Order: sequence, then structure tokens, then C-alpha cells
Amino acid sequence: MAAVQDAPVEADNEKEIKTETLNDAAGNHASAAGGVIPSPPVASTSSSGPAKAGGPGSEEQQTLMAVLQFLKKNNFVGAVDVLRREAGILEDSDESQGQELAASALGGAEAGDATCTLSRASSCTTSTPAVAAAPAKGAGEHCSTLSAAFGKRKESGEDQPDVNVVLSAYSQQGDPALYQGYYSGLKKFVESVLDCHRAELSQLFYPLFVHMYLELVYNNHETEAKAFFEKFSGDQECYYQDDLRVLSGLTKKEHMKGNETLLDFRTSKFVLRISRDSYQLLKRHLQERQNNQIWNIIQEHLYIDIFDGMPRSKSQIDSMSGSLAGEAKREANKAKVFYGLLKEPEIDVPLDDEDEEGENEEGKPKKKKPKKDSMGSKSKKQDPNAPQQNRIPLPELKDSDKLDKIMYMKEATKRIRLGPESLPSICFYTFLNAYQGLTAVDFTDDSSLIAGGFADSTVRVWSVTPKKLRSVKSAADLNLIDKESDDVLERIMDEKSASESKILYGHSGPVYGVSFSPDRNYLLSCSEDGTVRLWSLQTFTCLVGYKGHNYPVWDTQFSPYGYYFISGGHDRVARLWATDHYQPLRMFAGHLADITCTQFHPNSNYVATGSADRTVRLWDILNGNCVRIFTGHKGPIHSLAFSPNGKYLASGATDGRVLLWDIGHGLMIGELKGHTDTVYSLKFSRDGEILASGSMDNTVRLWDSIKAFDDIETDDFTAATGHIHLPENSQELLLGTYMTKSTPVIHLHFTRRNLLLAAGAYNP
Amino acid sequence: MADERRPKQCSLVLPTESMKVMAESVGVGQLQEECCVALSEEVSYRIKEIAQDALKFMHHGKRRKLTTNDIDHALKLKNVEPLYGFQSQEFIPFRFASGGGRELHFYEEKEVDLSDIINTPLPRVPLDVSLKAHWLSIEGVQPAIPENPPPVSKEQQKVESTEPLKAVKPGQEEEGPVQGKGQGVTSAESKGKEKSISRLKPRSTHELSVEQQLYYKEITEACVGSCEAKRAEALQSIATDPGLYQMLPRFSTFISEGVRVNVVQNNLALLIYLMRMVKALMDNPTLYLEKYLHELIPAVVTCIVSKQLCLRPDMDNHWALRDFAARLMAQICKTFSTTNNNIQSRITKTFTKSLLDDKTQWTTRYGSIAGLAELGPDVIKTLILPRLSIEGARIKAVVEGPVISNIDKIGADHVQSLLLKHCASVIAKTRPLPDNVDQYRADYGYLGSMLCSHVVKARAQAALQAQQVNRTTLTITQPRPTLTLSQGVSTGSGPRTPNIIKVPSSLTLPVQTLVSTRPVTPAQPSPPATKYIVMSTSTAAATSPQVISLTSSRSSSPITSTAPSSTSTLQPLVKVEHTGQSVTTPGAGGSRTLQKYIVVSLPSAVSSEVKASSLSSPSTAVDSTVKADRTELPGASTHSSH
Repeated sequence: MAAVQDAPVEADNEKEIKTETLNDAAGNHASAAGGVIPSPPVASTSSSGPAKAGGPGSEEQQTLMAVLQFLKKNNFVGAVDVLRREAGILEDSDESQGQELAASALGGAEAGDATCTLSRASSCTTSTPAVAAAPAKGAGEHCSTLSAAFGKRKESGEDQPDVNVVLSAYSQQGDPALYQGYYSGLKKFVESVLDCHRAELSQLFYPLFVHMYLELVYNNHETEAKAFFEKFSGDQECYYQDDLRVLSGLTKKEHMKGNETLLDFRTSKFVLRISRDSYQLLKRHLQERQNNQIWNIIQEHLYIDIFDGMPRSKSQIDSMSGSLAGEAKREANKAKVFYGLLKEPEIDVPLDDEDEEGENEEGKPKKKKPKKDSMGSKSKKQDPNAPQQNRIPLPELKDSDKLDKIMYMKEATKRIRLGPESLPSICFYTFLNAYQGLTAVDFTDDSSLIAGGFADSTVRVWSVTPKKLRSVKSAADLNLIDKESDDVLERIMDEKSASESKILYGHSGPVYGVSFSPDRNYLLSCSEDGTVRLWSLQTFTCLVGYKGHNYPVWDTQFSPYGYYFISGGHDRVARLWATDHYQPLRMFAGHLADITCTQFHPNSNYVATGSADRTVRLWDILNGNCVRIFTGHKGPIHSLAFSPNGKYLASGATDGRVLLWDIGHGLMIGELKGHTDTVYSLKFSRDGEILASGSMDNTVRLWDSIKAFDDIETDDFTAATGHIHLPENSQELLLGTYMTKSTPVIHLHFTRRNLLLAAGAYNP
Repeated sequence: MADERRPKQCSLVLPTESMKVMAESVGVGQLQEECCVALSEEVSYRIKEIAQDALKFMHHGKRRKLTTNDIDHALKLKNVEPLYGFQSQEFIPFRFASGGGRELHFYEEKEVDLSDIINTPLPRVPLDVSLKAHWLSIEGVQPAIPENPPPVSKEQQKVESTEPLKAVKPGQEEEGPVQGKGQGVTSAESKGKEKSISRLKPRSTHELSVEQQLYYKEITEACVGSCEAKRAEALQSIATDPGLYQMLPRFSTFISEGVRVNVVQNNLALLIYLMRMVKALMDNPTLYLEKYLHELIPAVVTCIVSKQLCLRPDMDNHWALRDFAARLMAQICKTFSTTNNNIQSRITKTFTKSLLDDKTQWTTRYGSIAGLAELGPDVIKTLILPRLSIEGARIKAVVEGPVISNIDKIGADHVQSLLLKHCASVIAKTRPLPDNVDQYRADYGYLGSMLCSHVVKARAQAALQAQQVNRTTLTITQPRPTLTLSQGVSTGSGPRTPNIIKVPSSLTLPVQTLVSTRPVTPAQPSPPATKYIVMSTSTAAATSPQVISLTSSRSSSPITSTAPSSTSTLQPLVKVEHTGQSVTTPGAGGSRTLQKYIVVSLPSAVSSEVKASSLSSPSTAVDSTVKADRTELPGASTHSSH
């Protein structure tokens, strides 16, 4: 892939381009006034965005010009020609506009910094990942990508309107002095209503507080804003502390333009779920009082999801709230999700299979990625909840895969049945002397290799079996071997350089995620430098650098069937890639903050992403739709795990809690409290009986997942309203707590025989 | 505007003065006040923004500490050029000083002698990352191996022993937590424990597993056996092993019974061994001994004040044992004395009582004085100084009177030197000048003249110390595979350390002005006991913390008895005891420093003592584990200068 080779230089250049192209969308400091679009000064409360004034056609043109300019500057003459021909731009117009661009590029480079990050989510769709990276490849291709990307951008424009438009919504205002009165008036009202409504109406406080504060700030009532904040910030729920901290720093109108959290708040309506009775109560109150200010805010900035039925209790509300943009709308979780497992291909099992059947009457699913194994699939018939076998095209099984599968089945016969009475043994792999900082760990499915990502940009691979890591001989040496011999596969391996560990160099920033391919031939790593790299474990070299994320990539994960992988990072977009495409196949946009972790569904038809906006989303790979939004975490989510039968999802966050979700119903079904720090790792045992969680608090905890799920399944879901009653005491589900010696647990893995492997760096 | 802000944490802004200073530093004078306010608000906001972004990198780096790299990455996110040159892995070692109502944080930079750098051997190459596997749990039970944390943490032990609900009558052994199979906390039990937290703990049997019984047998045999190497190993194990909690009651009984029997039999060697066991137990960072003090203290006190500890009191050096035990006692007091148990005052009373008794033997008298003296200068001042003349008279009676017995004479000699050693430094600090021999004689009787000369020496030494920069630096080295500790002693040649260890240095004058916040004048030389422990992890990172976190209290002088215990470590260990500075020649300007390096390198168990004195910068001690323990006590200095 051409994209691999010319990494660092172009990365910088790309950024420059982006700065230029983004200035128009984001609005800018006065210094960047020479921007592409002759926009009115930003400080004025323009009702329509300058970008829109320019019209989409010209905007596209501008961007093209920017690209051209860049290519010229870097002497990619051929590419310039092709691109120009393709776009039908005349030489002279190019020149004249080029001047403008150059000017703006200067301004942009200096001052466009903060603002450009703003519209990242939308802009990244336009960031034209490959334009600079592969100049030699036909530029025509780029053009088509470009225009496609722009088309997308315009669509997304509805979700992510221009900043100035966003902010101008705050321009209407009442008397700033009265804001406190409004708020405390509402507070009094809520305190006076019946108990059953109070909890529901209390949900209003936080979004109202934020929007009133922002209105004050926007209209330059700094003192009033501060007084308002001081007076009422203490009333807010403690799980909003992080956002409040961001808000508290924001005291000037100028700050609002650069603040992502604020933008999130405005662009996405805060969703509240309130029963009809409570809503009527509120409406009546506000109308009686003629309290238009609050009413306006509710109308404009909040989305109230009204349901019929009993109002919810405080604990019910608390368990679901906490995300950046309120709860998920009910419609968001209505789509049908095929959470069943794919049928396993029939493989001729060797003779000793007989006793296996005797031992495991359940019939183990013959899967390659057995961590996503089933505990419930009783028959080999097609599961009604399973997707079509070819819904997502999957790679053909190779002979080696079949061999591996047979190995797996053999191992599975020796698997230990786990349960509250028979807890797994835990083998802890401690990384010693990892002073450069261990940031990510992965095991292969057969537990033969460990990969570690480090903050010093290296990836290291260890063999934990006596078998050493061997790479293929060099091309010259390969010529010498006898290609007809039976053991040719042995002969191509270089015994001399065999070692227990290999180091992979290539990234230029801390490595935040590593993932082995299921066939153990490849390793993925993602890094702060914005790339995802694919490494060969045959040659121990980098094969591809996937560019697309221009910001740190926090996590990446191979599909359980190989070939596909998912990555997500600071740009809030998760991308689905195939190993043989240098551009993403799907982009999943919708999160309001960094995507912190990603996980494939065992049937490879869905991916789950956890984010710093405190939600988990489930995406359909087929069409790129978001099919589930799970809210309830009170901190950024750092770990996800699907149950082997594909029905449940577990997620762990910085608040130390693990939440369990029913994917089919789209409901939270459990909360596991116990950890005191970020849960960095979650894993279900091979048969799904035990959930293991590893945390920054130096503990591994084991939870009885069967009990957790059973408790729920006997209850009938009041699915219509989506209310849940969580079992009070998650301590009963806790089966064991194992302290490590000042070693945060950052990865967990169940071997095929249900031995739990844990890994972390000793951190004295 | 900044003044209007409430002192609320989240709305803090940088002071406008900072803006002014920064503006001046880039050449902008005369910045308007409004500009400053606007700037400071903007800058504060941006800093907060960057800090919040940096936090993300910290979380993804799976750390709890924000590093400068995180800030760099956060800046990069904003398309801002990162700050170069702040590549500190750990916290930036700012020093803090205060005085005259001002507080000052500064970055310590020392003058470095180039030749020193050149002569310092290169530090070892950092060890590469390695992988080590161990069993965290075997079928739900956590094995008590060094790789795992101790089954019951020290805090938990402490809570248990001080928990009022669970208070147990003295004499009755407090049992460990409910632990079924004798090791590890199984899940069911841990749940049970959480539930039963409110009610009284049920009594439980306290079984040791077969392995533990074997271990106990081996260890106790080695500790009192004849093989010194084995003993060293055993003591090392006691001092470091995290899984001893369960055996603690047995050890304490072993010691107390051992002392009881061996005192009667006057078996000095065994008593010494037992005291070393106590010391090792005290040194084990995972053990909390309070529950066993009722057995240990009597044993230790016995070794201090017993009338006879050996078969031939005139020949054997039982004084060293008394000294050692007295120091142990002081350490116990320091660690465990609380207002509830009043250990220190009770111990003090015991010693004073035997001191006041006329019929007390010289041996016991020596012990009680030593015991009191180790408790600190205040105790010496209030309890020993008033007795000086009486004791002096008693000594005089023996020395100058008719020869009654040789033993008495030896005893009196020892008491005399002990008194001189401890009292001189205290007097030097408290008594105003001048040191008049006659006056001393009037005040302190027979010992007066000798005391006077000792005090003069002590003062001279204190004056020298006051001249020297006297700092309390404690810089902790964080995980570093190797560590070179080199301590230059001569003038101007500050210790060159690889960036992380700041060993308090020599007489670099420029710094002195900065650090003179603690006034140390010749007239009132009272440098508080400063102590540093420089630690570094070794190759065996999993086990090393115990090896080195041995906190020695105010062990004022290198003593014969501690030396063997330090030689007895299996880990390569270097102990640097810096015993303070001695005489200065006024006008010469040079300082003489007496340093004692005990360099121990095992497994060959060879200990070599290097006494290096004066202006040469003698030795560099390099090894994987370095522990430098430096105690500056005036008393110690006086003593070691001899």
C-alpha cells in the first residue's frame, strides 16, 4: 500500500489542509479573516452560517482549490493536472484563488488551531484521508472520494450545524437578573409537587441549569453567570461533575466557540424521559407562571420523551441518566438486532470427537473465535435471532483455519465448567520494567502469544509457549530453499533469529490498542499518531498503515472472523475497515465525544463502541446505522465485552461500575458495583458463566453472570416504557476479588480451557 | 476582576502578577491592568482546556499520574507546538522552602563538577521489558506467594488491632481474619467478612498449612542456629516476606519464650539472635506488630536491663546487646506509641524507676540509661541530666574508691562513657556559652570536667554543620532499573547523580542562601535529624520493595550489631551510613567528613567496611539495590568523630 510508506511528512501536511478547509466551517479568530469564504466577522450573531452563505457548490470548489494548492506546493505536478482535468478547473482561476488560499493558510496555521478541532466530527468525513497520502495513484479516484465525502458532509450538516448558528440560539434572552429567580422558582415548584413526580421533574434541573448558564455567558453577563453557577451548581447530580468543571471554566462568550463540550450540548438536544402526568404538571405550572424563559429553553434545547404510565422512581432515573446528552430516545433502541450467532460450518471432526459429545451435551458451537462462544445455542439449527449467514460477507475458511477449529474443539472438550462453586484459576502476566508505560495488551485466542502496546510507540510480541517467534527468511535466503520438499513451511522460517519476543517499530506515538487477528497471522495496533497499523506476524514487519483518523486512535479490534476491523478515536468517528482496503468501508458517526473502546459482536454483524460521552452505541455493519444507544454510565467507558451467546453486552467505565445490557430489548439489566477505579478490561468466560473484570484499582473481580442474567429473565420486561428494576445488591453476584501487587489489570482473557489470563504492568 | 472570584477550586484563574512577569520576560513592559486581567482569564481557560485533554491521554495511558507527555499530546491535538525539553518521566522535583512569610518553590540545580561526571562510571543500561507469570488465584484461592500482595494488608491489620469492637483482653491472642484453608481469602469468606463487619468477630482456629509449618521450623532453626549465612537468609526472609502475617503470633511467642529461657541461662549469643529477629519483624513492611507488643516489649526490655546477660560479664560484650535492644525499644515506641497504649511513657517510667533505685546493678543502670537516651534528647534533658551529679558520684565511688570487683569497675566505665556520649550533645544544645570547667563541675559533679570537654567538641562540630548547607531533601526515585549513587564529599564537588537522586550536597555556596530558611547558627545548632532513604528497584521488581523499604529510625551511629544484620541480606545491598561531619579547622575552610560506607555484596556474604574520610570523594556505590540512609544527629556526630 502506498499509504504506508510516506507517513510523517504527509500527516503534517494533511493537517494544514484541513485547517484551511475547516476555517470556513468553524468560524475563526479575527486573524484568520482572510479565510476562504468572505465571511462576516464572527462576533456578530449572524443568523445563518457563513458557510451556507457561500453555498455548497462554491464551498466544494474552495476545498478543491485548497487541495490543488497543496499539491502544487509539494510538486505533485501530475496529480495536480489530473485533478484539474477531472474537476474542470481552469488554470487562471486556480491561480487567483490560490493566492487567497495561501493567505488563509498562513492565518489558519497560526490561529485556526482550536477551532478546527471543533467541527472534527463533521470535518473528518471530509478530511480526504488518501489525497495526500497516495499522490501517485490516480487522482481521479480522489476526486470521486472527495465529492462523495462532501455529499456526506452536507447530510451531516443537519446534525452538526454551524457553530454560529448554534450559538445564536442563545441570543434571545430575558433579564439576566431574573435567571436565578426563574431557576429557584422552578426548584420550589418541583419540591412542592407530589413525590412520585418529583424525581422525574428533577431531571430538568441539569439541562436547564446548563442552558441558562450558557445563555447568560453568551449574552456577556459574566457576573450574573458566575453568580448563577455558584448558586446552583452544587444542586446538580454528582455524576455531572466533569461537565460542570468544563462549564465553570467557560465564562466568556469567546470561549464558547472553541468548546467541544458546549457544542455537544447544543447540537444534540438533551433527552429526558418523563411520564405524561409529570409533563402535564410541568406545562401547567409554566403556563400559569407565564414563565416563558424556561419554556423556551425546554422547547428549543430539550427533547422530552413522553411516555404513558407510572412515573419512574429516583433510582430508576439515576440508573439510566448520566450521559452527556441525557437518555436515549426510545425510538433509538427500537430497531431489530440480530444478536444470534452464525451457524458454524460443518467440519469433519477427527475420531476422538466421540467423547467430546459425551462430555458436553450442549454441543459446543464450533467457532473460530470461541470467546464469543455460545452458552445457549442448544441446537445447530439456525437461530431465529441470528442474521443471515451472508448478511455480511465473511472470508472463506482456509485449511489452516479448519485445523485451528479442530484444535479448538479438542481443547473445548477439556474445558472446565465454571460456576460459583468452581472458580477459574487466574494466571497473571506481569510486565516488569515497563517504565515506558504499558498501554494495551492482547492475547491470541489460543493464548500462545501476547502483544503489548507501549507509550514509547513500540509494539512488542511475546510467545508464552516454549515455541519461539520465528520470522520468514529474507527473500534471498528463500530462493535457496527446496520448494518441493514436504517441510517447506518449516524451511522458510528463520531459526537463527528466533526469539521469545519481537519488537515492532513504526508508530510515532503511544500505542493505545492492539488486536490479534483470529488466525494469528496479523496484529493490529492503533496509536496517538492517528494511524492503525497492520503487522505481519510472519515477517514481523508493518504491512499497512491505515490513515483516516487524524487524531489519536484509542482502540482497534479485529472481527472474530478476521478480515474486518474497527477503529475509533478522538475524532468521534468509528471506522470499519477491511484489511485489503486502505479506506474505511463504513464510518459510524454519532458519538458526542471520543470513542474510547470498540468491540465486535460475535456474529461480526455489529460493533459496539464506548465513548467519553458516557454512552455505548451498537452499530449495524450492513448499513452503518446506530441500532442501540445505552445510557447509564457516569464516566467515560473504557471496556466492552459481548457475552459468548451474543445476547448481552457488558461495559465498564471510569466510575468503576460495570453495566450489563440486553441487546435484544435494548435495556440495562444489571449493575455490578465493586471496583473503585476505571474498569479497563472485561471478559466473559468461554461458556459465559463468569464475567471477569480488571481494573486500575489493582483487582480482578469475578461475577456470576448467569445469575445476573437469570434474575432478569424471570422478570418480565416492562419493555413498553423501558423501565427496569435493578437488583439492589450486586455484591451477591461478586464471586471473588483478587488483589494484585500494585499492578493495574489492563487485559483479561479466558483460554480455551477456561483458565483466566490477566495482564498488567507492575507499577511500584 | 480576579479578586471577585470566590476561592472556589474550579473558577481559579492565574494571578495578574504572573501575566505581568511573563510579559516582562518576553520584553513587554508596562502591561495595562485590564490587559492582564483579560489575558489571565484567557490563559487560565486555555490551560484548563489543555489539562482536560491531557487527562484523556492519561486515562488511555492507563496511568494515575499526569505526565508532561500527556500535555504535549494535548497540545498536539490543538495543533499547538508541544513544549520541548520537559521530558521528565515523573514529577518535576521542585524543592520547597519557606521563611519570612514567603513560600518559594524552586528547581534545584547544582553546580556540577565535570570531572566528577567523567569519572562516574556509566549507569547500567535500563532493563528491558520482560514478562513474568504467576498464579493470582488457584481455583478461587489466592496463594500467598511474594508475587501476590499480603493476604491481609498492613492497614487492615492495624484497623483490626485498633478496632474498638474487636478489642481483645490483653494477653489473649488476637486471631487473624477468618481464613478457612489457612491462606488466601476465598470469595465466600470475603463476603462473609464484609457482612460481619458490624458484629464481633467469631473466634477462629488458626492453623498453619504444612508449608507454613515447615517454613516456620526452618526459619526459627536458622535464626538461632550456628550457620551465619543461613541466619542471614532467614532474617532477610522475615524482613521481606509478605506472607508472614499468619505466623506472627508464633514468632512472637518464640521470641518471648526464647528470651525468657536464655536470660536465665545467660546465653548472650541467642539473645542477640532473637533481638535481630525482632528487628527483622519490625522491618517487614507488611506486618503490623501492635497485637504482639505485649510479648515483644518485655523480651526487648529484658535484653536492655537484665542484670546479667552473659556467663562472663567481665569479658563478653553484652553492652552492645543492650544498646541494640535499646534502639529497638526506641523504634517500637516511635512506631507504636499512641495516646491509648502509652507505650513510651510506660517504658520511660520503668527505666526511670530502676535508674532511681540505689541498689540497681551497673548493668541494669547502663541499660536503663541507654533505653532512656535512645528515646530522644527531650528525655535525656528531663530525666538524665538532673541525675548526672548523682550518677557521677556513684561512678566516682567505684573508680576512685577501693577496688571491690572488676565487674563493677567495667560497669561504671561503661555507664560513664554512655552518659558522656548522650548528655554532651544535649547540653551543647541547651546550655549557654561559655563552657567553664568549674561551672560544669559545680553543676554536674564528678563528670563535669569530662562533660565540659565533650560539650566543647560537640559545639565545634555543630558549628561546622551550621556552616554546611544542611538540607532535608527527599527525592524519591521512581521506577528506574538502575541507579548510580555517587556521593562526592569534597568542597564544590557536588554529587553527580543521574537526574533523579538528589543527594544533599556539599558546600555549594550559591545555593546556601536559598536554603538557609532553616536557621542553623553556631549558637544554636539544632539541625533536626534528617534522614533520607534513596530507593530503587532492582531486577526483581516484584520483590524488591520489601527489600529496601527498611526504614531505620534514628540509628545514630553505625553499630556493631547492625552491621551484621545488614551484611545478612541476600540481595546485593549497599548501605551508606553518613554519620555526619566532624572537626573543622577554622580558616582552612575545608570540611572534614567522616563517612562510613558499608558495602555489602552477596551472595558471597563478604562485607567490607570502607571508612573514607576527608576531602577525597571516595567511593561510588553502584549496585542494583541502593539504600542510603543518612542520619545526622549531633550526638552521632560527636560520637563518630572519635
